[in-house]
Amino acid sequence: MPISQDKYNKLDEVIAANKGQKGAVMRTLQAAQDIFGHVPKDVQIRIAEGLGTTLSDVYGVATFYSQFALEPRGEYIIGVCLGTACYVKGSKNVLERVCKELDTKVGKTTKDGLFTIKDTRCLGACGLAPVMMINDDVYGRLTPDKIPDILNKYKTAQ
Amino acid sequence: MDLFRSTILVCGGTGCTSSGSMKLYSRFEELLAANGLEKEVKLVRTGCFGLCAAGPVVIVYPEGAFYSHVKLEDIDEIVSEHLVKGRVVTRLLFKDADQAANEIKPLDDINFYQKQKRVVLRNCGVIDPENIDEYIAFDGYKALAKVLTEMTPQQVQEEILASGLRGRGGAGFPTGLKWKFAMGSKGKKYVCCNADEGDPGAFMDRSVLEGDPHAVLEAMAIAGYCIGSDEGYIYVRAEYPIAVKRLEIAIEQAHEYGLLGENIFGTGFNFDIHIRLGAGAFVCGEETALMNSIEGKRGEPRPRPPFPAVKGLFEKPSILNNVETYANIAQIILKGADWFKSMGTEKSTGTKIFALGGKINNSGLVEIPMGTTLREIIYDIGGGCPNGKAFKAVQTGGPSGGCLPASMLDTPIDYDNLIAAGSMMGSGGMIVMDEDNCMVDIARFFLDFTVDESCGKCTPCRVGTRRMLDILNRICEGKGEDGDIERLEDLASSIKASALCGLGQTAPNPVLSTIKQFRSEYEAHIYEKRCPAGVCKNLMKYVIDPEKCKGCTACARKCPAGAISGEVKKPHSIDTTKCIKCGVCMDTCKFGAISKK
Repeated sequence: MPISQDKYNKLDEVIAANKGQKGAVMRTLQAAQDIFGHVPKDVQIRIAEGLGTTLSDVYGVATFYSQFALEPRGEYIIGVCLGTACYVKGSKNVLERVCKELDTKVGKTTKDGLFTIKDTRCLGACGLAPVMMINDDVYGRLTPDKIPDILNKYKTAQ
Repeated sequence: MDLFRSTILVCGGTGCTSSGSMKLYSRFEELLAANGLEKEVKLVRTGCFGLCAAGPVVIVYPEGAFYSHVKLEDIDEIVSEHLVKGRVVTRLLFKDADQAANEIKPLDDINFYQKQKRVVLRNCGVIDPENIDEYIAFDGYKALAKVLTEMTPQQVQEEILASGLRGRGGAGFPTGLKWKFAMGSKGKKYVCCNADEGDPGAFMDRSVLEGDPHAVLEAMAIAGYCIGSDEGYIYVRAEYPIAVKRLEIAIEQAHEYGLLGENIFGTGFNFDIHIRLGAGAFVCGEETALMNSIEGKRGEPRPRPPFPAVKGLFEKPSILNNVETYANIAQIILKGADWFKSMGTEKSTGTKIFALGGKINNSGLVEIPMGTTLREIIYDIGGGCPNGKAFKAVQTGGPSGGCLPASMLDTPIDYDNLIAAGSMMGSGGMIVMDEDNCMVDIARFFLDFTVDESCGKCTPCRVGTRRMLDILNRICEGKGEDGDIERLEDLASSIKASALCGLGQTAPNPVLSTIKQFRSEYEAHIYEKRCPAGVCKNLMKYVIDPEKCKGCTACARKCPAGAISGEVKKPHSIDTTKCIKCGVCMDTCKFGAISKK
């Protein structure tokens, strides 16, 4: 799917606003990810050229932080918390079940482009452990058996 | 000001929001309007109450009725019974272990709160964090006024130093000393706030930012006056959207009131604060890495010296303190160093917030005076382990800390005692583990985390932690060899001595402390090829007790691998060559006939 010109125009606005500012690379990348959903190579090149820096600089930052995705991600991003509190309460089994139900590995996107599975750092909702997030929705006190119903809600929403 | 006969506090912390408290808030709004009560009953969305395990939580004053596990359909009853007719809905009240059915226990008398001392969290769960007037009503910005009009920067620094306040981010460096070093430098300076709370299992900074954001802004302005800076940065995790939003609102409101910006209180003092979002890198909690990240670069640590007090953010002298540290500052200024020193122990003054989680009944945030024992926190406040399981260990200090066994439960908690015990304060995560947790697996878990988060700049951390993880993976897979424990200890001491930053230097701690306290578990894995807790899948098997098995076939039908066979009404058995050790059979069996060995 070609990325629309509209998105590139938005990116150019962000680049113009950040050019010459302190810490511009990271903020521009964050904004670019909001616009495109991920930061592919041509977006990185555009940022580097626009900000007057090198591609290696931009690529270095984009690959350093786990927030930035270089590949397209699914419509729903599932983040299963692997913080300590969740881990000791069995979040590994929850993650395994999510992978099994969707037949996809951690870090990958389902073939239909609907879900991307991630193991995340502590989400800070330890009181509800084990926890996972699907986009902005938080699901707590999980057991592997609750997973199919939760996933179905998103599948049927299509 | 309007007068209300009742006030409803709805917890808007992360735990309760995740369990749907904002829907409760909207429902209250609807029903108050429908009953014409908007002018009589005040509805407030607060920060975290701390007792996340009981969420979503609602408190109604003046009665102090503490409603827990509130569901959307309960709101009608609370409004029609409690607010219209004045009858407390006793069935929804939080039940303490020793509480009579209809008794309304004041919040402070609930066991969870009784031993706590809420200094940093004083406003969390009390005020509306999105309304600066409420913060001001609780003495907010009074300390800033005091330092700007009555104190010299020197006096501010001396007061903070005299209070004995030490950095709450983990290492425990005296805050007053840090400020003093920065005062000595000249020219443009920066005040930074570390809100990149990365320790898994710690969420106190998040709760402070969400529940009392102005406390941090006020303290940063005080720090700015003290060291001679007019600009501050808050580096906060992008994963904390509520905290970011409330900080943005707070900064805007403080600007409107002239409490940030130019010529504050007409004294000629200028101070402004910017927010920078972290992008998911644990190492950015390290001070020099954090500064690199604010500058928009890769968050790799810099060699020290030069220390940030001399050359920090944008190569200018800078101080960096953690959220919880800042949240103490205004109160020290208002109430004095002696008041602060009256809490805690001689070398660790004041209080500390811990995020109590894992295998514990009352998980949540607790704030206790330093010197409280682990036993008091875990049993008196936390209510012990659920389901009658035996306590095994408590992990403090996150990936930099260690595990403390039951024999150390009576250790009073302070910076120095925890280090002596082979752990550390860290930012205050406190994860309880019971008999079902494998300590080798926990050590492996933390190493896995540090290997993943190592920035790769220095070899000891990049390669050394990877080697340690390889050995631990082998042990957990049943391929441990004689000498592995010694190899781990060897690598650990080299990494501790040679890594560039705090992340690498402390990364071996979880391994060392579990070897020290639970050596027998390592030995069982290596020499007997057995995981005593039944966690490491290669080292355990599921077995059916023929005495208890009724032959109901439920497990055989659920088994995804077809590993269970047997005739109806006769004992079944598991083919261990087919078994994938998922544990579904054990969860399915109603007769307790299946166990892990």
